[in-house]
Amino acid sequence: MQANTLSGGFADPATQSAHAFRSVMEAMARPGTIQDIHGAVPPAPLSPAMGAVLLTLCDTETPVYLAGDMDCEAARAWLAFHTGAPFVGPAQCMFAVGKWDALTPLAIYPIGTSEYPDRSATLIVECSELAAGATLTGPGIKDQATLSLPELEAFQANRTLFPLGLDFIFTCGERLAALPRSIEVSRSSSEAIAQAGAS
Amino acid sequence: MTEYNFAYLDEQTKRMIRRAILKGLAIPGYQVPFASREMPMPYGWGTGGVQVSAAVLTPKDTFKVIDQGADDTTNAVSIRTFFQRTAGVATTTATSDATVIQTRHRIPEERLHEGQILVYQVPIPEPLRFLEPRESETRKMHSLEEYGLMHVKLYEDISRHGHIATSYAYPVKVEGRYVMDPSPIPKFDNPKLGDMAAIQLFGAGREQRIYALPPYTQVVSLDFEDHPFEASKADHPCGMCGATDSYLDELIIDDAGGRMFVCSDTDYCEARQSAGHKGKDAA
Repeated sequence: MQANTLSGGFADPATQSAHAFRSVMEAMARPGTIQDIHGAVPPAPLSPAMGAVLLTLCDTETPVYLAGDMDCEAARAWLAFHTGAPFVGPAQCMFAVGKWDALTPLAIYPIGTSEYPDRSATLIVECSELAAGATLTGPGIKDQATLSLPELEAFQANRTLFPLGLDFIFTCGERLAALPRSIEVSRSSSEAIAQAGAS
Repeated sequence: MTEYNFAYLDEQTKRMIRRAILKGLAIPGYQVPFASREMPMPYGWGTGGVQVSAAVLTPKDTFKVIDQGADDTTNAVSIRTFFQRTAGVATTTATSDATVIQTRHRIPEERLHEGQILVYQVPIPEPLRFLEPRESETRKMHSLEEYGLMHVKLYEDISRHGHIATSYAYPVKVEGRYVMDPSPIPKFDNPKLGDMAAIQLFGAGREQRIYALPPYTQVVSLDFEDHPFEASKADHPCGMCGATDSYLDELIIDDAGGRMFVCSDTDYCEARQSAGHKGKDAA
């Protein structure tokens, strides 16, 4: 066991997880906004934001799927010690953790049932940047918002499943953003012009 | 306060409630089941709202509680004191100063702003419950978007009274998908549900349901083309502050049929009075 397995959790779990949750909730309620989140120091490849989200939402009742590079001894040991979450495959998970390429295709995750659409996975996606990008519209957004997304088609297909579907949290460093299933995504007008010019 | 965990609930319970809140925000208007805990107050006194508040509060928050618009009723005072003691949060009665507002059956008159959270206490979260008592059936009706029964109920109102007589807990449709009970707020408050900058969270403790409306969610009160929805209130100005745009309570003031109308939102009324507005009954 490495020394950093035991460290890096919340020093004051009740108040730090309360602050971390408010960041996650603001992000989920206002898609496209980028929130700060602090308090966790997980081992690589988990980012501080990823660590804080997992500490805030996961425990022994939440099966977690680690995708790709995230499925390593350091991450498993740290999560096992700090959350006790069981590790499962993508079809059984409540939370999936990884980079976008490792998490796709999305068809393997539970999307809920028509009577219980809440029984669906939340994907926590580690991103290299969070910035402006695709155009978002829907509940939580006054007119429109913008957020850099790894691709568009997967999120557009996910929206057509509503009220079923997957919800996404994007983490990067000590920041996060979210994209619930209710949001319509489209290419931003500047991107659309650039593509029309190129073709 | 060291006898309790921060905000009374244990951390595992808070995580469970927080996960339910996130799913509720992702599926606006859908009732997420959650494992409601026993709270140190009886059902019907806001146990759902208290659990949601406990899951969202941070030590930096300023907390306000209203009961039918009033800051000074037993229920409001005891819940405010509860979180003052168990979470150490600052409390206020001023709507604009609060970051988290727990409410029983009213939306404050003052427009809420971004960064605020409105937590509703909900007695019966299922809008179809009085039409269909079986949970297995109402759940199926929501999944199939089968809301004809609700329109029949509103139609029966019209055939019996000549207008839609439902005056509180008036059903709404959220984002064109789920029919939702906005809790027993007067229908005067319904138009504020959709045009809201704050996050709205609904907690039903006895019925074990949490649901939510993100800011600026499309919320439509159910109605008919020839009987459109109307946000109604008593047709009087407030007797204390003279406001004509606020929701009013009717008070009986003697045994000779005397009555007066006053704002149900005490903070709104007091702020107007201290700004010099005076109604006809003001001393």
